[in-house]
Amino acid sequence: MSAVMIAKKVRKWEKLPGKNTFCCDGRVMMARQKGVFYLTLFLIVGTCSLFFAFECPYLAVHLSPAIPVFAAVLFLFVMAMLLRTSFSDPGVLPRALPDEATFIEMEIEAANGNVPAGQRAPPRIRNVQINNQIVKLKYCYTCKIFRPPRASHCSICDNCVDRFDHHCPWVGNCVGKRNYRYFYMFTLSLSLLTVYIFTFNIVHVAMRSVVSGFLNTLKDTPGTVIELLVCFFTLWSVVGLTGFHTYLISLNQTTNEDIKGSWSGKNRLQNPYSHKNIIKNCCEVLCGPTFPSVLDRRGVMQDEAPAPTSTNDAAPQTTKTTAPLIPNEHAPDEAKAGAGSAEEKNHSPKEELPPTAKLPPLASPETDAEPSIAKDKPH
Amino acid sequence: MATEFHNLQELRQSASLANKVFIQRDYSEGTTCKFQTKFPSELETRIERSLFEDTVKTLNNYYAEAEKIGGQSYLEGCLACATAYLIFLCIETRYEKVLKKIAKYIQEQNEKIYAPRGLLITDPIERGMRVVEISIYEDRGSSGSSSSSSSVSGSTTR
Repeated sequence: MSAVMIAKKVRKWEKLPGKNTFCCDGRVMMARQKGVFYLTLFLIVGTCSLFFAFECPYLAVHLSPAIPVFAAVLFLFVMAMLLRTSFSDPGVLPRALPDEATFIEMEIEAANGNVPAGQRAPPRIRNVQINNQIVKLKYCYTCKIFRPPRASHCSICDNCVDRFDHHCPWVGNCVGKRNYRYFYMFTLSLSLLTVYIFTFNIVHVAMRSVVSGFLNTLKDTPGTVIELLVCFFTLWSVVGLTGFHTYLISLNQTTNEDIKGSWSGKNRLQNPYSHKNIIKNCCEVLCGPTFPSVLDRRGVMQDEAPAPTSTNDAAPQTTKTTAPLIPNEHAPDEAKAGAGSAEEKNHSPKEELPPTAKLPPLASPETDAEPSIAKDKPH
Repeated sequence: MATEFHNLQELRQSASLANKVFIQRDYSEGTTCKFQTKFPSELETRIERSLFEDTVKTLNNYYAEAEKIGGQSYLEGCLACATAYLIFLCIETRYEKVLKKIAKYIQEQNEKIYAPRGLLITDPIERGMRVVEISIYEDRGSSGSSSSSSSVSGSTTR
């Protein structure tokens, strides 16, 4: 009666749906496409190595030894923030287990009443009132849940992420509730590092040129030219991004909401999450509590045979049966339609998932069309 | 936490699962974790309303304590930032501490109040903090339902 003894423990991350890659036995969680992330690493490590090799010896002697020390500290901080953003769970919401999905379907059917044959069912939306503002919660056909406020489905990672900001290819992960502050600290510290390296490059070139002439300086330290180029282009993008996110934090908005114009003031819609005070907003986003991951990656899968009387008991391994998706379920998801953020579109096309298991009949594809209509209306 | 759920669950194999009720989140105060205290109709014959409401209100209080933004959370945030968040490799965050308290509270409630009535509460963290799942078991006469002694297990590593 008992299940066959498995020699190897199967951890839950191996059976998680979604398009993430996991490393270090589930401790590290990233998106599938990591190429741009490696580029980011290469640029940062490469530029800093050139700085330490070419500029620092000269500056340490002629100006102050504190210069390379501070650069090293800043570099380590940037790397720590980058790795923390890239490797951590952004706030992925696990998909509904079959019982929960069925329960929600029943509630929806009860709310909609009898739909006459031939007519489309109304869109699956739940209205909640937050701080005297009506917020619409949309139903996610992939995850089979009503998304909490501020959550959104990332089509690249194929997960619903809480307080979804955007999917960042440079860090190779989504930016959401759990790793937003690390992302912000990364862009801020990277801006500082870029400015620092850029400034001291110029100082170094200036000081050396006085002694040996400008062209000779560049010949002696070819690394300087590369660094200047990299820093110049990085400055515009990263400093701009830091400024943009500082603006968002002060208003307690996400990139996703900003792009969709959710709280732009049209139809008297105001941001119900903002404390209307810049300091309070900043404190909440940057110094708020650190949320735990609700996605159990390192738990061990229980491989018990289900008892004959109870069909829905052993919860964890049924996760797999909800995982296979009917490909057209991607169609209504928020991130795919025009309302989605631009970053999510700049990627290789999503792979079509082979339809394997049959879904419960209530989650029928013909109702998929509705949310796309509802979604195209401005928030 | 997953281990402890299954210990109770295995003991419950002798009773059959009749139904599940899902207590949804209450978003009226924003995105903070709070569950609705509305009494579901399926539980009307199984448990007193006041006991249920007490349980949910206590859970809500625990979550509010975990997510409170005040002096302690600022201190934790600033200290963590100063150490490039490496300090979280050593110490537990306040939220994690409160989650342990919640797990203990739910287990206690299950043992004392819910299991004798043929009910079982699942820790919301196992459902992505979306719902409080209450499993309703059919009474099977004398067997099984009150013998829910469970071992307290450590938290699962995440």
